Amino acid sequence: MPPNVLIVDDSAAIRKILQRVLRQAEVPLGSLYEAGDGVQALEAMKNNSIDLVLSDINMPNMDGLQLLAQIRANPQWHGVRVLMITTEGNQARVMEAVGLGAAGYVRKPFTADQIKEKVLSLM
Amino acid sequence: MEAIDRDTLARVIQTATQEVFSTMLGMEISCGEPFVERVPPAPSEGVVSLVGLAGQWVGTGCLCCSAAFACRICSRMLMVETDSVGEDVLDVIAEMTNMIIGNVKTGLEEHLGPMGLSIPTVVFGKNFTTKSVGDAEWSVCPFVSEEERLEVKICLAPCRKPHPMVRPGFLHTYSLQA
Repeated sequence: MPPNVLIVDDSAAIRKILQRVLRQAEVPLGSLYEAGDGVQALEAMKNNSIDLVLSDINMPNMDGLQLLAQIRANPQWHGVRVLMITTEGNQARVMEAVGLGAAGYVRKPFTADQIKEKVLSLM
Repeated sequence: MEAIDRDTLARVIQTATQEVFSTMLGMEISCGEPFVERVPPAPSEGVVSLVGLAGQWVGTGCLCCSAAFACRICSRMLMVETDSVGEDVLDVIAEMTNMIIGNVKTGLEEHLGPMGLSIPTVVFGKNFTTKSVGDAEWSVCPFVSEEERLEVKICLAPCRKPHPMVRPGFLHTYSLQA
């Protein structure tokens, strides 16, 4: 089954870009969902079957690392892969994301090929 | 902890800006001569995007450009023709600020220690003035792309530490008296 993907970023522009990149990359996809922060993302995950999350780190209300911790803490979401897409380059934050269970990390700015390559590697 | 010299700061800003324009927009943007801004800027028009930096050093990062250039940036990023400043343009400029100053932050952290980045605020209008409290200098890096000008500015100062005589929870030294 093609994966259902949730894009989480407080920037509507980034959400649009990632949607476009995923569709144009001819990556096998199910449904695409969006959220503007971690709180909205958790709501989307409770109401839909999500397989892959692409998430920013620095967001209001609930940041990407808090979201990641919540996902990893829920046994129902054990198989959900989380790819962090963020400007955050601080090595400690990268290691924190990996330690919390992020499946991958892409720095902004990104190319379409970088996103496609990472997403394909997680499928 | 050493302060960062102006040449290094300018290089970090130029590298981050050119990388973001090249990678996200496929646009070449050339660097002008960096300078220091000490006096409050004249009233301006266009788009100004501000983001806070906080850690052992605190300050502000800023992107400034004309409305026309902001629309062009938005058109390139979203691949949809945009000829007036609306929500999409403001969001795109906010994200450009986040990426450029975010990458500047990463480049500065090896010199200045870890810093946090606030959520950007974008202002659009005519005949407005921006001012930061205090008298810190702004390092300004101008850029040009297809005759349009962009300025990336950073203002940083060491974070003021609490007075060593003040007990935690008390603001004033006279509070130390029984």
